Amino acid sequence: MPLLDIINLRTYFPSPDGMVKAVDAIDLQIENRERLGLIGETGCGKTVLGMSIIRLLVPSTRVQGRIMYKERDLLSLKEEEMRLLRGREIAMILQNPTMSLNPVLKVGDQIAEVIMHHRGLDKKHARAMAVEMLAAAMIEEPARRANQYPHELSGGMKERVMIAMGLASKPSFIIADEPTKGLDAGTKTEIVRLIRDMTRGRSMLMITHDLAAAGEICDRIAVMYAGEILEEAPAETILNDPHHPYTQGFIDSLPSRGLHPIPGSSPSLVNPPQGCRFHPRCPRATDECRREHPQMIELEKGHSFRCFLCA
Amino acid sequence: MRLIEVSELSKYYSAGLLKKQCTKAVDGVSFQIDRGETLGLVGESGCGKTTVGRLLLRLIEPTSGDIFFDGIDITKLSREEMRRQRPRMQMIFQDPESSLNPRMRIGESIAEPYRLGLKGRMKSDEIEDRVMELVNIVGLNPEHVNRYPYQLSGGQNQRVVLARILAVNPEFIVADEPTASLDVSVQAQILRLIMDLRNEFGLTMLFISHDMEVVRHMSDRIAVMDGGRISRFMNPGSKNIC
Repeated sequence: MPLLDIINLRTYFPSPDGMVKAVDAIDLQIENRERLGLIGETGCGKTVLGMSIIRLLVPSTRVQGRIMYKERDLLSLKEEEMRLLRGREIAMILQNPTMSLNPVLKVGDQIAEVIMHHRGLDKKHARAMAVEMLAAAMIEEPARRANQYPHELSGGMKERVMIAMGLASKPSFIIADEPTKGLDAGTKTEIVRLIRDMTRGRSMLMITHDLAAAGEICDRIAVMYAGEILEEAPAETILNDPHHPYTQGFIDSLPSRGLHPIPGSSPSLVNPPQGCRFHPRCPRATDECRREHPQMIELEKGHSFRCFLCA
Repeated sequence: MRLIEVSELSKYYSAGLLKKQCTKAVDGVSFQIDRGETLGLVGESGCGKTTVGRLLLRLIEPTSGDIFFDGIDITKLSREEMRRQRPRMQMIFQDPESSLNPRMRIGESIAEPYRLGLKGRMKSDEIEDRVMELVNIVGLNPEHVNRYPYQLSGGQNQRVVLARILAVNPEFIVADEPTASLDVSVQAQILRLIMDLRNEFGLTMLFISHDMEVVRHMSDRIAVMDGGRISRFMNPGSKNIC
């Protein structure tokens, strides 16, 4: 029984051009104590998928399907019930710490607020625990840093604060959205290591376009493109033996793998291409790919992809 | 042939009235760039690499040191003299959206250098032809010309920035993390485009990035910066990464 079981999830937004199908019929499971990396490029719908789980979307969004968490369907919970889970059971580490932290509150108070709210501690104890959380996030002089405002901290340190805050309520499921974005090489290595160590033995969905970071941290990786999952496999398989042409192209475009771009650009989510959504950019597309929409095929246990060619 | 020669370049910032604090953003940096060469400048955030890029185009004034551009010490030029040199040296910034005027259509943005007369007097249809040519060179479609920056993706906007830069036929380009805000596959497209344009137009370049892998691909030679100084020069092929 997976901890999180997403069944046929569709998340659509109305827009002047029509419905934006940001998440289109996605099935995804995350086991207890498993860390899943969700890889994809800007606009493929990966953040919307995360937001659908924690239910932080604008009211006009249409969400269909089921998101089973500990045998309860999150999508059918009342807002009050959801509020009890959000941040406590299921926590989110939001992207862009500069935008996500409150600029006029000391970081220690921001973390203490989470602890007071979710764990019922008084201010004094919550504040002490906030300092402990900062120490756990490997921030030097945590007591002094807790008294500082976000603008006094570097980008890497703000990311550590975000991680400390996300984990402060001891959640059983963590959604981390682009935790390594905008960090330089050295800081990124440290943050990746920190996330890996702090989430060991926990369940996490890590949303990222940084394949190397996902490979370091996650047990499994799912590749998302134009609102769909195209390939899903153990992290090592995705990194070393990807089957889907998009996954292969994505890896080949990394500077360390030769910087070979995928031609063309990501499709519109209002009118995604007929047939396989990747066919207009696929070097191996056939008539079948243009005509038919491929289903997920399981190659071996734990490795599936959506492609006629690699079947 | 040398195009750029920088010697003992420094930029200090001081802050505070009573407790004067001095930050040495760039501290005695010297290097040369040959015509047609790309020098990679790599280092962590805050090491001073962007400041070096801005100093080179005199977007900020150095505290001390000389910058020779094609034999002219640009630190000694008057504003008017500097303005005449400006089209020869251009900059690609990290965030394409903020380098484009949000209220100008893409076509107008690319045509602006011509309308300002930087390439002499030109007729409207001549400008239009030139804009279309540039749009094609950077891999945009003709229909993009009538759109606004917010209607384009980050990668497409960076292509617009490149078209606008090519409009003035520069000799030297400072590229400051031009793909830091882009996805990997778009990054690969834009970097490939920059390489192609560089070869086609014989451009000289200072390529600034914190990503060693990217710098290796883009550069003929690499300068590693640390705490305001260049700690060493290296070959893109050499094994040891800092």
